[in-house]
Amino acid sequence: MSTEAFEPELMDYSRRQPRLPEPVIEGNDALDIPLDERMEMYRLQQELRQFEKRAYDLFMQNLVKGTSHLSLGMEAVATGFGRALRPDDYSFATYRGHAHTLARGAPMGPVMAELLGRSNGILGGKGGSMHLASVEHGMMGSYAIIGAHLCIANGAGWSAQLRGTEQVAVVFFGDGTTNIGAFHEALNFAKIWELPVVFVCENNLYMEYTPIDLVTAVEHPAADRATAYGLEPILVDGNDADAVYDVAQGVIETARRGEGPSLVEAVTYRHGGHSRADPGKYRPPGEVEAWLDRDPIITYHQRLLRLGVPEGDLTRIAQDVARRVDEATEFAKAGPVPDEGDLMTDMWADGGSAWRN
Amino acid sequence: MAELSYRDAVAYGIAQEMRRDPNLVMLGEDIAAAGGVFKTTVGLLDEFGPRRIRDTPISEQAILGAAMGAAMTGIPVIAEIMFSDFLAVCFDIVANEMAKSRYMTGGQMTVPVVVRTANGGGSRFGAQHSQSVENWCMMIPGLKVVAPSNSRDVVGLMAASIRDPDPVVFFEHKSLLATKGEVPEGEIVDELGKATVVREGTDCTIVALALMVPRALAAAERLAGEGISAEVIDLRTLVPLDTQTVLASVAKTNRLYTVEENPRLCGWGAEVASIVGDEAFWDLDGPLVRITTPHIPLPAAEALEDMAIPSVDRIHETITKTLD
Ligand SMILES: Cc1ncc(C[n+]2csc(CCOP(=O)(O)OP(=O)(O)O)c2C)c(N)n1
Ligand SMILES: [Mg+2]
Repeated sequence: MSTEAFEPELMDYSRRQPRLPEPVIEGNDALDIPLDERMEMYRLQQELRQFEKRAYDLFMQNLVKGTSHLSLGMEAVATGFGRALRPDDYSFATYRGHAHTLARGAPMGPVMAELLGRSNGILGGKGGSMHLASVEHGMMGSYAIIGAHLCIANGAGWSAQLRGTEQVAVVFFGDGTTNIGAFHEALNFAKIWELPVVFVCENNLYMEYTPIDLVTAVEHPAADRATAYGLEPILVDGNDADAVYDVAQGVIETARRGEGPSLVEAVTYRHGGHSRADPGKYRPPGEVEAWLDRDPIITYHQRLLRLGVPEGDLTRIAQDVARRVDEATEFAKAGPVPDEGDLMTDMWADGGSAWRN
Repeated sequence: MAELSYRDAVAYGIAQEMRRDPNLVMLGEDIAAAGGVFKTTVGLLDEFGPRRIRDTPISEQAILGAAMGAAMTGIPVIAEIMFSDFLAVCFDIVANEMAKSRYMTGGQMTVPVVVRTANGGGSRFGAQHSQSVENWCMMIPGLKVVAPSNSRDVVGLMAASIRDPDPVVFFEHKSLLATKGEVPEGEIVDELGKATVVREGTDCTIVALALMVPRALAAAERLAGEGISAEVIDLRTLVPLDTQTVLASVAKTNRLYTVEENPRLCGWGAEVASIVGDEAFWDLDGPLVRITTPHIPLPAAEALEDMAIPSVDRIHETITKTLD
């Protein structure tokens, strides 16, 4: 690869072979997941999808400033894990964290208002899209510098271990994150202390604009590193909420029983660019289309029909979610912009920011 | 109580707080079984056990990440970074994570972590094990910065730092470890952001920190023999910064000197001088003078290191030359 990679035509990543999804595993229809749980997962995926689409529209209307990193196409991972967690468990996400925040039950209106920079935002406008958190829902933050939050999640697991609460910390990160030192420090540390932490790599095949296989020594950026830290390699179809839920339940229970950390690699794909500014031109023709055909929500819809759910029930869920996204949008738009009084608060635990007398 | 070395005061201060708060834990490289590479944590493993005093791998990001994650979920943590120079390896967690999480989340998170670290020169360790990096931390909104100069303050400021709900970087000076000082009986708890006037005087104010405090005091003693009365302030904490004590002193002496071990550019004295220039301009009878380590990496050779870091001679000479 070393010399080849510098051939100009190979440096145009859109001219590489597309990386196509594996076919849907219809056998997963038979996974032992109750139908009402599946209906909840359908609803949650609809929420994440419709929320992200609305966030995108609001960007295009210039109501959301800055940048945003959407999870469109990746909803099954947040859904499968979000539904498998106990309310007092902890989650940690990256800047691509809208879905993980909503999946823990944070209300849509304040999350949307945060994207709009309003004072009724979930962080009062101080964090924005890349730093969503909702401590009361166990969502312990979105971290925008690659790597650190894997180490921080260890601390939440350590604290649960010390307090004997059987809480579990789940930390989500991308394929690109497996090449930074903190990933390796965190896994080794979690294993030697047998921390109740689940590391979830959302492998969407690209870091920012570079295909992950061009910059990674192994084929599966997370799973192929697992054995180096005394862990089982676990690969899961990240576009199948049932498959994710099934794996999530297992690794979360392992952690809860005090049997230590796990590393899961969920293979998925983002439908849009890396962030708002990215048209995603580096992707080979046919690749996006192939993954759109394996859209986690369309395929889940088909599964539910196979399982005998009437189409009308699914339509009603989608419509109900659409109404709630509209309400969240109205709530956000109606929110006041933060004022000067908000600027200097919340740095210290006393509520202020004084650094001198 | 008898005299205690600065080194022993570290473990003494930590033990005082660990007895008070059974949730408090500590982690770091070689801190448990070995008692720390500087022997500042000797005895803690025996008293508090391996659950609360834990050795870690050489993984500074993992150490501070674990400290932060535990702290924000209800367990206060002391983390040791062996040499302050190594803060550069994990500065993301210090500067971008611990310091900002509370503000970024609109106050949802509280991070009661104390990062203890061995700081400063004088040990002939060369450029990567001798730096004074308190100014690296001072410039980050959201961090508190503490640097005691004597055994008693190690105990009182350690307690204050541990009890503070915000992240604190606590600098222990390597060249002070062997110094001894009186530590009173009973619980000692100071307040962050309170400087101490360690010598009263009327002709000039010398503001110093950590190792520079005994040097400023020795220079003041020499100046006294020459008829110059210098007031010496031990700043003790850089954030919060006790500007009132400094401004009150300058109002009386009309001259300000800072003695800083950090390299010159953006050293803490620049901020102190700027505040005094702004707010006490009409009190001043002469220029604001900063005595600092020059803007160079620290050399290893004894002779060179001694030239670099402000000495009693240099402090004395600078003041006699510039005070009229
Ligand atoms: C330490 C660090 N380096 C670089 C960046 C810039 N950056 C932001 S996102 C990103 C790509 C991360 O890729 P991946 O981990 O696969 O996550 P994804 O965005 O695909 O979800 C990069 C390089 C950063 N935020 N932090
Ligand atoms: Mg990626």
